[in-house]
Amino acid sequence: MSEILQPQSPGIPLPVPTIYSQPYWDGCRVGELRFQRCQDCGAITMDPAPACSACFSENLEWEVSTGLGEVYSWTTVWRPQTPAFTVPYVAVIVTLDEGFWLLANIINCPVDAVHVGMRVKTTFVELSEEITLPYFEPVD
Amino acid sequence: MAKHPFHDVAIVGIANSEQARVLEGHDSTTITFQAVHRVLADTGLTPWDIDGVAAGPFSGPLTYYMRNGPAWRNHMAPSIPIILDAASAIATGQCHTVLVAHGSAGIYTERASTAPWTRPANEFVVAYGMFTAAEFALIAQRHMHMHGTTPEQLATVAATIRNNGHAHPDAVYHGRGPFTPDDILASRMVSDPFHLLDCAMTSEGACALILTTRERAQDLPKRPVYILGGACDSFGPSYQHPPAWDLAGPSGRNNGYTGRWAAQKSFAMGELGPTDVDVCEFYDPFSFEIIRQFEAYGFCEEGEGGDFIMDGRIGPGGQFPVTTDGGTMSFSHGGAAVQQLQRVIRGVEQLRGTCVTSQVPDAQVAMCSNGGAGALFTDVILLGTETP
Repeated sequence: MSEILQPQSPGIPLPVPTIYSQPYWDGCRVGELRFQRCQDCGAITMDPAPACSACFSENLEWEVSTGLGEVYSWTTVWRPQTPAFTVPYVAVIVTLDEGFWLLANIINCPVDAVHVGMRVKTTFVELSEEITLPYFEPVD
Repeated sequence: MAKHPFHDVAIVGIANSEQARVLEGHDSTTITFQAVHRVLADTGLTPWDIDGVAAGPFSGPLTYYMRNGPAWRNHMAPSIPIILDAASAIATGQCHTVLVAHGSAGIYTERASTAPWTRPANEFVVAYGMFTAAEFALIAQRHMHMHGTTPEQLATVAATIRNNGHAHPDAVYHGRGPFTPDDILASRMVSDPFHLLDCAMTSEGACALILTTRERAQDLPKRPVYILGGACDSFGPSYQHPPAWDLAGPSGRNNGYTGRWAAQKSFAMGELGPTDVDVCEFYDPFSFEIIRQFEAYGFCEEGEGGDFIMDGRIGPGGQFPVTTDGGTMSFSHGGAAVQQLQRVIRGVEQLRGTCVTSQVPDAQVAMCSNGGAGALFTDVILLGTETP
C-alpha cells in the first residue's frame, strides 16, 4: 500500500489574483470551478484571461464546471520546489469534461496509482482567508 | 537567385569565462566582463571595433564602460533569437560588429529550494510546487503514454551527454563519469520520469560571441562561421500555464513539436535537410528533450525518437552526435539564460575544428537549439563553414 497523497499545508506560495482572474478564485472559495466562455464564438478560455483564446473577443462570461475530468499528464515530484512543500506530491494536467485543461495537484489517492486517463473530480482546500485551491481526487 | 539574408554576416569570436558550480568573488557583471575580454582576445578586436552590443542587462553598462557609443543595442537576454537579431542588424547595415554576451553568478544561493529562475510566480501554477523539471516531466510523460518511450531511452540520452562532459577538461562536471544508462536510472527520482541525472545541473559563468561582416571576417585570425538559417517557435510564456503537448491554435501546430516550424524555415533558408547536419548541438535541459527534438526537426518520424537515439547514433562517432561538450547536464548551466549561448559557441567550435574533445571530423554543418516544450518555445540556428 503506497502513501496516500495529501494537500499541502499553509505556508506554500499562494496565487495573487488579477482583476480578470478574481472571479475564478472567488468561485474556488464557494466550491465552484469557474471557467470563461466566449459569447461570440462559444469557445472556452482557461486559464482565466482578458480575451478569448479562440477568437480574441473580450465578450467572455463565467460558467461553472462539473469539475469532472481525466488525467492528461502527470509527474510525481520527490525534490520539493521549496522546503515549504511536502513530498511526494503529484502535479497533473487534467482535461475537464467541458474540454479545458487545468494544472493542479492530485490528492486522496495512492502515490503510485496516478495514470493518464484516470477519472478525477475537483475538491477544494482552504489555504488562507483569501485563497482556496482547487485540487483533484479520484472519482470513486 | 536572391542573395541569402545572412550572406554578408559571419561569427568570428567565441569565448567562455570560467565555469564552476560557484564562482567565488564574482557577480554577474564581473563574470560577463571576463567573457567579453576573452572574446575580444579570440578575435584580436578592440572595444572600439564593436558598434553593437546585445548583452541583456549588460548592454548598457558594456557600452558605457567600453566607450564604444554610439552603438546598436539589444536588451533581451541573449540566446539564439538575439544572435539572429544581431545578424539581421549587420545584414541591414545598422551596425557592422556586434558583441553578444551574458553571464550569471551569485544568483542561486538558497540551495534548499530549486534555482530561482526555475520557479514560476504565476498564479495558476505557483501553489502546485511546479519548477522546471516538473514542467518538462509533464511533456515527457505524455509522449511516453502516446508512444511507449522508455526510461531506458531517456537514460541513454543522459549517459551520452554526460559522458561528453566527463571527457571535456573545461566541463564543470569533468571527470564525474563515465556513466551507463543504469547509472542514470539508479540516481534518485526528482520528478517522474526524470532522475537526478536526467536533469540539467546549475552552475555559474558567462559566454560571449562576436558577429561581423563577411568582409571584415577575412582579416581576423579565426576561421569564420556562417549562419545558414535560423528561426524561433514560441507558444507562450514559460512556466505560467499547463505545459500541454497538444497546446495549439487554429494552425494545428502543437507545442509538443515546438521547434519543428523553426527548423523547417531554417532548413529552407539554407537549402538543407536533416541528413546534411554533421553535429547536433541540441539544448538539453532534460534527457527527453533530445528525443523530442529529433522528431520535431524531421530526423525521424513522430513517436520514433526513443528508438532513433539508441545504438550509438547520437554518441561520438555516431551518425548524429549530440551536445558534444556535455551541455547543461555536465558542461555548464550558468543561470536563467546564458547557457543557451553554449550551444552556438560549441557549434562554432565544431566548425572551426578546434574542439579538444568529441570533435566531429570535417564537420561542415551544425544545428544548434535552445528551449524546449516544457518551456513552450524552441529556437533553431544552422551554422556552416561556407558562405551561404
